[in-house]
Amino acid sequence: MIQALCLVQGVHQVAENIFVLRFVSSTISRTSRAGQFVNIRTGDGYEPLLRRPFSVYRTEGDDVEIIFNVVGRGTAALSRKHTGDRIDVLGPLGVPFTLDADDFATAVLIGGGLGVAPLPIATSALRTLGKPILTLLGSRSSTQLVESHLENLRVATDDGTRGYEGNVVALAAKILSDSTYKKPKLFACGPIPMLRSVADLARRRDLPCEVSLEGAMGCGFGICQGCPVELIDSDKKYALMCKDGPAFDIRRIRI
Amino acid sequence: MVASGTYGYGDDCTDVADVNKLGAIITKSLSLKPRDGNPPPRIVETTGGMLNSIGLANIGVRRFIDEKLPFLRSLDTVVIANIAAGTADEYCEVLDLLETEEGVDGYEINVSCPNVKDGGLTFGTSCDLTEGITRRLRARTKKPLIIKLTPNVTHISEFARAVEGAGADAISAINTLIGMAVDVKTRLPLLSTVTGGLSGPAIKPIALAKVYEIARAVRIPVIGIGGITNVNDALEFLLVGASAVQVGTANFVDPRAAINIAEGILAYCAQMHIDDAGLLVGSLDAKGHLSVLDTWL
Repeated sequence: MIQALCLVQGVHQVAENIFVLRFVSSTISRTSRAGQFVNIRTGDGYEPLLRRPFSVYRTEGDDVEIIFNVVGRGTAALSRKHTGDRIDVLGPLGVPFTLDADDFATAVLIGGGLGVAPLPIATSALRTLGKPILTLLGSRSSTQLVESHLENLRVATDDGTRGYEGNVVALAAKILSDSTYKKPKLFACGPIPMLRSVADLARRRDLPCEVSLEGAMGCGFGICQGCPVELIDSDKKYALMCKDGPAFDIRRIRI
Repeated sequence: MVASGTYGYGDDCTDVADVNKLGAIITKSLSLKPRDGNPPPRIVETTGGMLNSIGLANIGVRRFIDEKLPFLRSLDTVVIANIAAGTADEYCEVLDLLETEEGVDGYEINVSCPNVKDGGLTFGTSCDLTEGITRRLRARTKKPLIIKLTPNVTHISEFARAVEGAGADAISAINTLIGMAVDVKTRLPLLSTVTGGLSGPAIKPIALAKVYEIARAVRIPVIGIGGITNVNDALEFLLVGASAVQVGTANFVDPRAAINIAEGILAYCAQMHIDDAGLLVGSLDAKGHLSVLDTWL
């Protein structure tokens, strides 16, 4: 983890209310792995007070990208950043997906909404590992899909404006029933209700599954103890989302 | 210093902060047995501050001694163990376990956690209980004994006098103020425990007034805590009578905040031609006042 004032290289709208912010940090770019995040001070002073966590979306050379939609004060402030501004970034933080594990042959990447965030880095890591990928991406409508830098992509929209009409977990269930993938493992990121149904699907089909959780954090690296995640069968009741996650094997946690 | 519960046991911050530059590390509150803490949500951001309801989640004093103390011992800074407990006997037991260990330079006693059902604030809001615990702990250690007071009482100076009388070496103040936040869409509280402890810049004016009250009531040193995020905040606490300050919530945002503040105090002294920062302590001229426009515009 480093803390640095990073140069903003631009903020671009990529879909309806969805922005990509690019900043320079060779250390974060070089060391970030899929599912890890950065914690960013969005204001100059102490309003808003706390940093905001964002999955590392892409890395390219010394550049790092995050993707976000404007939902509150922090993200509104970020969307107004300009090229040449500096932002205070802490990262990379957290435990990534275990893409190099040998408990699977095919990676099924599932993203719901902004849950697409860790998937491009996961894609490039899996390519390097030579593992086949199936990517399933869901959003409310076609205007909110961000489809670039993904591989073997199938989409689902709630309103049916693109791809499968319905949610991405229903699409995943359908595809996993209809086709045969060699030793698939699910890697999912998105809102908690979606991750809950991905976990249900994985349990029903007896598939390994990791989820990357999103939620409020105080510090992002374990000192505030503000982001507990309930553990199953452990001598500890809680893990921390920021330090022990955000990527967890679903057998470890109650979501 | 970094305040208890806002810097873990120091080892999580070494990537980004030179922790040897801290005046002291106050550990996360240590209890006799490990504590899981409260269910989520434990924190919520409020205007200029945050509410927390961590519930004293900690690894327990024995694991602290085995797993964390060796690291802290290797540091070139003062280590103060913060102790929390559900009964007076338990406070003593935790202190006794630490007393035999090398590397603990002093104790800060948390009699003021608002987020646990047993103990915590029940002690801190009773002057007799606070005094009694202080007396018992005083008899068990020669190391510096600091009592951390809660602002959730009518007259904090009564508590300050009581612990001074019972032999405390210093007082730290303030712990968090009880607060709450509500979501109007769902009509639900935003913390699992409904109420929690408010910290951050929002509480600084209250903390200053409490420290000012305590500093005029006792002779032992007061450690000012409450919403300090920059050197100016820290100087304000020194001027109203704090001999030292702790930085808390600001560490979450900037793990180097306390170090920057310490350096800033020295820079201020140099600029003002003050050769000893101690001269600042209590140097407020309470009889005068500044035209409000000077700070308003």
